Amino acid sequence: MTIKLFDNKGTPLEQQKFTWKDLVQKPISKLDDDAFTRVRVILMNGIEQQANRFQHLCSQMNGDLRKPLALVRRVEHHQQTMVNWLLSGDHSPIETTIGYEQVAIEVTAAIAQQEPDEYLAQVYRFGLLEDFDHLYRYSALLDRIEGKDANNILQSYSDVIPGRPTVVEHRHPLDDLRDHYDRGTAEPISKMNALTIMSGEYQTRDYYMNIGPTFADPVARQLYAEIASIEEQHVTQYGSIIDPNETMLEKWLLYEANEAYNYYSCMEAETNPRIKSIWERFLNYELGHLDLVTELFKKHEKRDPAEILPETLPDPIAYESQREFVRETLKAEINLSAAGSTFVDRSEETEATRDYRNYINSEGSPSEAVAENYQWHPGTELARAARKAA
Amino acid sequence: MEKTAELGKNRTGIDMSPVHSKEMISGVEKMTDAEAYDRTSEAAGTDTRGMAAIDTQYIRESDPVGSVPIPGTLKGALKSGLKKAGGHDPAVFLNKLGQRLAFERSGVRLYESVITKCEAADELHPAGPVTVEGLRRIRDQEEEHFLLLKEAMETLGADSTAQTPDADVSGVAAMGIQQALNDPRTTMPQCLELLLTVELADNAAWELLIKLAGELKLRELAERFEHALTQEEEHVRRVRSWYEEMVVSQSAGKRMEVH
Repeated sequence: MTIKLFDNKGTPLEQQKFTWKDLVQKPISKLDDDAFTRVRVILMNGIEQQANRFQHLCSQMNGDLRKPLALVRRVEHHQQTMVNWLLSGDHSPIETTIGYEQVAIEVTAAIAQQEPDEYLAQVYRFGLLEDFDHLYRYSALLDRIEGKDANNILQSYSDVIPGRPTVVEHRHPLDDLRDHYDRGTAEPISKMNALTIMSGEYQTRDYYMNIGPTFADPVARQLYAEIASIEEQHVTQYGSIIDPNETMLEKWLLYEANEAYNYYSCMEAETNPRIKSIWERFLNYELGHLDLVTELFKKHEKRDPAEILPETLPDPIAYESQREFVRETLKAEINLSAAGSTFVDRSEETEATRDYRNYINSEGSPSEAVAENYQWHPGTELARAARKAA
Repeated sequence: MEKTAELGKNRTGIDMSPVHSKEMISGVEKMTDAEAYDRTSEAAGTDTRGMAAIDTQYIRESDPVGSVPIPGTLKGALKSGLKKAGGHDPAVFLNKLGQRLAFERSGVRLYESVITKCEAADELHPAGPVTVEGLRRIRDQEEEHFLLLKEAMETLGADSTAQTPDADVSGVAAMGIQQALNDPRTTMPQCLELLLTVELADNAAWELLIKLAGELKLRELAERFEHALTQEEEHVRRVRSWYEEMVVSQSAGKRMEVH
C-alpha cells in the first residue's frame, strides 16, 4: 500500500473528534495480544507525547503559529490518550517497563538497519546495546521482586542477556552529544528515524522518572534512578543528531509526516483488527494535520514542502524480532564508548567521563546488585535452580 | 500558629487542624447548595450511580483478561482423568494450577523480603519472636510447592511458564502486599499481618485445588497437594502466632520501638 504525502487530505481537522467513551476503549490483552501490538501502543504513545512537547515549545517561540498549533495539538493530545489507554491495568509498572525496553530494542534495531547514513546507524546501534542491557536488569528486578518471568511480556521475541553493562554507560554530558545530520542533504527517512527514536527514548525517560518514586523497594528506586539517567543521556544523544538549523515549520512538517509514517507502519503490521482500525483512523488524522501544515509551510516560508518530504511514505518499519542483528551488534560493538561525538573503544574514553562515572558509582551500583548471578530462565530463576539441582 | 501542640506526628485527621477543618466544613455548607444535596442524597443514599453506570457499561463490553493455554495434546493422567470424570473442562484446573504456581513463586520472593528485614533487625527495628530460620523454612517450602506445581503442569502436558488468567489477576492483587512488604519502613508486625493474609488465601486455594484434583480423579496429585496443604496450615499457625505475640506485646507496653 502506497501512501501519498501530498494532495492527500486525510480526515479534515474539524471532523477529528472524540467522546470520553471513544477515548477509553477496551484495552489490549496482556496475555492474548501479540507482544508487538503492545510495542506499537507504547511507541505511538511516545510519538504523540513528543508531538505534544514540540507543539507547545513551538507555540512559545512563534506567535504566528499559535492558533493552528493549538488546534492540532488538542487532537494530538486526545490521540495520545486513546493510544496510551490501550494498555490494560493488569500490567505492573515493571511489566510495562519490560514492554518499554522491548520497544527500544526492537524498533531501534529495525531503524538502525533501515538508516542510510552510516554514522547515524552507528548512533542507533550504540544506544541499542544499552537499552538491551536495561532489559536484562529490569528482568532481574521483575524476577527477584515480583517473582515473575519477563518473557510473559516479551513472548520470546527479545533475548534477556547482558548488553553493554549499565554501570559503564554513564558518561559525561559532552560525550553524549553527536554530530547532527545536514538538513539540506539528509534523506527524509533519516530525519524521520531520528524523530521516532528520540520520541521513544524521551517517553521512556519520562516514564521512569514518573514511576521510579512510586516503588517502595529501595533497589527498585535506585535502579530506576540509574536507568532514567541513561535514558536522559539517550535523549541528549538522539536529540543532538537533529539539525538545529531546521526552521520551526520545517520541523513541524517532519513531525506530522513522521507521525503519518509511524501510524502507517503500525497499520501494516497490526494483527489485532480492532487496534488496526485505530492506526488507520489516526493515519488519516495525521494526513489531515500534514495537509494543514503543508499550507502553512508554503504560506510562511514560501517554499515547496517537496524540498523536505518524499512524495510517498517510505517502506514501513519492520515489526518483527531483530534477534540476530542485536546479537551481531553485541558481539562487534559491546566495548564501544564515546569521546565527544566520536565512537571509540572504552580504553579511549575521556577523563571527564571516567571521573563522572567513578563518582556516580562510588556508593555502589544498583544495576550490578540487582542482576548479581542472574541468568534468565523460562519460568524464572527459581525454575533454573531446580533444574540445576535435579 | 493554627495547629495544636503536637500530640503525635500524624497530620491526616481533622483533629490536627481544628481551625482549618472548621473552615472546610463550613465552606461546604455555605458555598454549595446544601438543600439540593440533601434532597438528592436522601433519595440516592450514598449510591454513586453515575460511576456505576460507567462501570456497568465497561463490564458488559469487556473481554476476559485472557485465555488459558491448553496443550495441543492432553497427556497421561489428565487425559485419562478427564475420560473418567467426564464433562470437566481442563481449562479450569490448568488455570488454577497456573495461578497457584505463580502465587507460590511470588511467595518465595515475599518471604525473602521479610528475611532481609529480619536479618536487618536491631533494637530500633525489632523482629521479636520471628527468626530467620523460621522464615527460611517457610520460604523453602513455598519453593518446593512451586516446583511441585511446575512438575504437575508439565506432567499433564501444560506449559508451566505461561501466565494463566487467574495467575495474572492474582498477580495484580499481590502487588499491594509486595509494595508494603518491600517498604523499608514497614515493621515486622505490619509485615506479619500481610504474610498472614497471603497464607490464609494460600490455604483456601490449596483446598480448592485438592477438590478439583479429586473431581478429575487425579488421586496421586491430590495426595501430594494434601501434603502441601498440611505445610501451608503450619505456615498459618506459625505466622499468626508470631503476629499475635508481637502485637499483644506492643499493646502491653513491653519494650518494642513503635515506628
